[in-house]
Amino acid sequence: MSVTAIDRIAKATPPRVARKIHGLSDRTIAWIFIGPTIVLLLAVNIFPLLWTIYLSFTNFRANRPNADVEWVGLQNYQRILSNPEIWQTMQATAHFLFWTLFFQVLIGFALAWLINAKFRGSNFWTTVIVLPMMLSPAVVGNFWTFLYQPQIGVFNYVVGFFTGADPSGFSMIGDVRLAPWAIIIVDTWMWTPFVMLICLAGLRSIPDSIYEAAECDRASKWRQFWTLTVPMIMPFLMLAVLFRGIENFKMFDLVVQLTGGGPGSVTELTSINLKREAFEKWRTGFASAYAVILFVTVFGLASIYVKALNRVKQR
Amino acid sequence: MKMKTRMLAATALAGLMSGAATGAQAADLTLCWAAWDPANALIELSRDFEEQSGHRMSFEFVPWPNFADRMLNELNSGGQLCDLMIGDSQWIGLAAESGHYVQLNEFFDAEGISMDAFIPATVEGYSEWPKGTPNYWALPAFADVVGWTYRRDWFERPELQAEFREAYGRDLDVPETLAELKDIAEFFQGREIDGRTVYGAAIYTERGSEGITMGVTNVLYNYGFTYGSPDNPYDLEGYVNSPGAVEGLEFYKELYECCTPPGSSDWYMSETIDAFRSGQVALQMNFAFIWPGVDQDANVGGDRSGYFPNPAGPAGHLAQLGGQGISVVSYSQNREAALEYIKWFAQPEVQQRWWELGGFSALSAVVEADGFAESQPYAQTFLDSMAIVQDFWAEPTYAELLLSMQNRVHRYVVAGEGTAQEALDALVRDWTEVFEDDGKM
Amino acid sequence: MSSFSVTEPSRRLKWIAGLLVVGYALVTLMPLMWIIATGFKSSSDSIAYPPKVVFEPTLEGYVNLFTVQNRASPEQLAANPPETWYEQIVHDKGMMISGPSRFGERFMNSVIIGFGSTFLSVFLGTLAAYGFSRYRVPLKDDLLFFILSTRMMPPIAVAIPIFLMFRATGLSDTHAGMILLYTAVNLSLAVWLLKGFIDEIPREYEEAALIDGYTRFQAFYKVVLPQAATGIASTAIFCLIFAWNEYAFAVLLTSGTAQTAPPFIPTIIGSSGRDWPAVSAGATLFLLPVIVFTILLRKHLLRGITFGAVRK
Repeated sequence: MSVTAIDRIAKATPPRVARKIHGLSDRTIAWIFIGPTIVLLLAVNIFPLLWTIYLSFTNFRANRPNADVEWVGLQNYQRILSNPEIWQTMQATAHFLFWTLFFQVLIGFALAWLINAKFRGSNFWTTVIVLPMMLSPAVVGNFWTFLYQPQIGVFNYVVGFFTGADPSGFSMIGDVRLAPWAIIIVDTWMWTPFVMLICLAGLRSIPDSIYEAAECDRASKWRQFWTLTVPMIMPFLMLAVLFRGIENFKMFDLVVQLTGGGPGSVTELTSINLKREAFEKWRTGFASAYAVILFVTVFGLASIYVKALNRVKQR
Repeated sequence: MKMKTRMLAATALAGLMSGAATGAQAADLTLCWAAWDPANALIELSRDFEEQSGHRMSFEFVPWPNFADRMLNELNSGGQLCDLMIGDSQWIGLAAESGHYVQLNEFFDAEGISMDAFIPATVEGYSEWPKGTPNYWALPAFADVVGWTYRRDWFERPELQAEFREAYGRDLDVPETLAELKDIAEFFQGREIDGRTVYGAAIYTERGSEGITMGVTNVLYNYGFTYGSPDNPYDLEGYVNSPGAVEGLEFYKELYECCTPPGSSDWYMSETIDAFRSGQVALQMNFAFIWPGVDQDANVGGDRSGYFPNPAGPAGHLAQLGGQGISVVSYSQNREAALEYIKWFAQPEVQQRWWELGGFSALSAVVEADGFAESQPYAQTFLDSMAIVQDFWAEPTYAELLLSMQNRVHRYVVAGEGTAQEALDALVRDWTEVFEDDGKM
Repeated sequence: MSSFSVTEPSRRLKWIAGLLVVGYALVTLMPLMWIIATGFKSSSDSIAYPPKVVFEPTLEGYVNLFTVQNRASPEQLAANPPETWYEQIVHDKGMMISGPSRFGERFMNSVIIGFGSTFLSVFLGTLAAYGFSRYRVPLKDDLLFFILSTRMMPPIAVAIPIFLMFRATGLSDTHAGMILLYTAVNLSLAVWLLKGFIDEIPREYEEAALIDGYTRFQAFYKVVLPQAATGIASTAIFCLIFAWNEYAFAVLLTSGTAQTAPPFIPTIIGSSGRDWPAVSAGATLFLLPVIVFTILLRKHLLRGITFGAVRK
């Protein structure tokens, strides 16, 4: 496309100007524009990635700079994949991912559908609802530990008020059974608006004429919802799930502030576990292998998902 | 940007030449420590140093749950934030072997500072690496040990005393053994006092840093847990997971389940103080540093509170050592001034004033002076406690050893996974792996 | 009654929808309101049970946030009578102010690093976006995907080699290091968003400018930049919010000099345990700018959070 534009310009440009432009070739100009970005990303992203891959085959420890670094081959990978505790953190992450996505899609879609009724003030309330997701997860997560406190926290009090439970009788963060839900609740609170916004865009992209046609065919509202709304909005929902999925797979700040991985290790998500290995135990080589495994997982899953997404879009 | 690069280059250069000291010029010294009451007292104390030396002091205090994490990160990244570090006792192995701290032997010799002048347990705990050798990396700065605080005013109520005697067949008094301590905690748990529900004991259960380990070890030591066999410190099997150790860990879980406030599943120093000061609990496990604050507290201070050392168990009578030494960070560009501070801090008058301001001096001349034991209501308890201390590993791999213990113990005590035997067996496996990786086994 | 439409919901449905949405919004706001309210509570009100909704407001939390205090003896207190209202508040608790706290510094670090990295990433991002939008770049799609993929890696994983690089170059705990790092992380967002905005500017404008004798670069900054101003501004705000909220890198790579507010606020403690009013005061001051920006941004919000994939 740009070729045609440039050709057109070239033909229409007086020779004097043409010489001026041709002083620098298009390719050179393009690289002047793009170069700095690529260089910075190479330096701060690609080089470190390669270094991580190299380190993952060694027993290097960043806190023991004087110790000899040995090449250990695949030993780190072997140890990680055969470590039941790391599998437990993967399970905790999967549990967290599944339920946060489930609730966020459910509530987010419902909210978008309601907002799409275009009642008075809907724009104002949309902005209000969006607020939590823009805030610092670390700061907000930290404050939620206060809301969750059994004696003085307002969360338990509200739950107690509606269900009659004793507000000091349960501890969202301290109880092994409740802690996984404590982090799901906060993440859902924060990120439901994200799904909502995307769904809203999807709903608004459906042309009215489609519904009008369906109305002429005497399709029931229920049928319209399942045969028109849902398929039309599917690509949007899948996009929302992709973004939230990647974000929550990386989840660190919110949960580390909320539970720090406890009690025991029931909310120790992979990022938290990785942080312990890399920056508390300082097993740098081991942690690098761990990081590489996470890269591969996230890229693998994301690219499979994107393929599926494109298929849905094309339909 | 260019300015910045140039400045960076300059700092890098200066870093390379850090050996060359700046001489007698006034320096800006930064001292890094945990954010807690003693640190505020140290600010007060250091004003004299600023006046005398002309150096300016700044302070970087980090709360305990983040302290080790952030400061070790700082040291490991070769950072120049801290000139002086009051680092935790267990870091000494790592800091010495990785060259984070400056070895102080020559300096001590030149300045006539003798380690014999300090409480022996603190010299071994805070200054030496390898342990038991005269290689000093720090000057004992703050002596600390886990002990207990109790509500003397509640203990002295006649109606409670009578009820306790009836139920347990002995007087309601400071417990001699851990079993007695549990009885008392059980007695107070859920009781109405002055119209409020109160609970038995506030104990350490924190997961993120070192909390639950610092709590559990107080019980484990006294039930027969040792870190290794007497002749081989790395001989773990049968010592770390001995039948006594298992029993001790079970005891801690029982204490947690029967007699602690609801929701106390992630508590360390500040949460336990909070619970005690707000009148929630009858007993509080905590390091001795809190005692000056408790004594002056508007709600529970003065005669309303008392102090006792960690009670004995069936197999021993020890208490977890806390406390820190003060070291010079080897990446500092103000080494001379930092050493000057240590020299100033080691003086007996300064140490005496340190104690008066609420800092637990480790200088024998201070704690053995006539009238010391009576100088504060907690002074005798402090002396008794310092006589029975035992520390956690101070190996260079301490962080890994600690994290394994946090994980295993929290999983059993708070999360209720598995049995005590399984938890300690798993701990032996974790520790073995750490020592094997480190070439010690 | 206006003209009948099948897609226009009935009045009753609008009412129900409105009620449900407003109800949700109010519930969702509660934690935020609680943060703001707690900032104005006294420390005993903040931990009262049951939680207090009505309380006497005080600025104690804000005073605690900005000062370091020491317990003082009655004699010391008598010898140093309070001179200002904030000294009075501290005095009443039997304490004395011994100096300013670190909060101001940490907040300024957030401002410096936030604005520095935003400026750099928008600057570089605009250039790159223009390049991708207007020129035939070899492997364009791959490069664009590569730029995006840098955002998919868990920050902790990225931090391992960055930590080592910073240590080797002396960038640990420096403003320059954090600005560089946040710029790199934000570039992907900036390039993708800005490419979308620039794609929307008709080429004909530049072509006309070129015919008028402008050079490529003149056409870029005299024609394209003014047209893309709104897009650049909203991209800048998104970059700023990311840098403002970032926690993982900040907690691992800074310790004092360049530490930003997010790792600092959770570590605010008082003289006895957590000082929740001070924490809330800090959180309020820290969150407010973002709330303002969110309201300013509301039209471009969707685009920003989806990297330009959904444009409304």
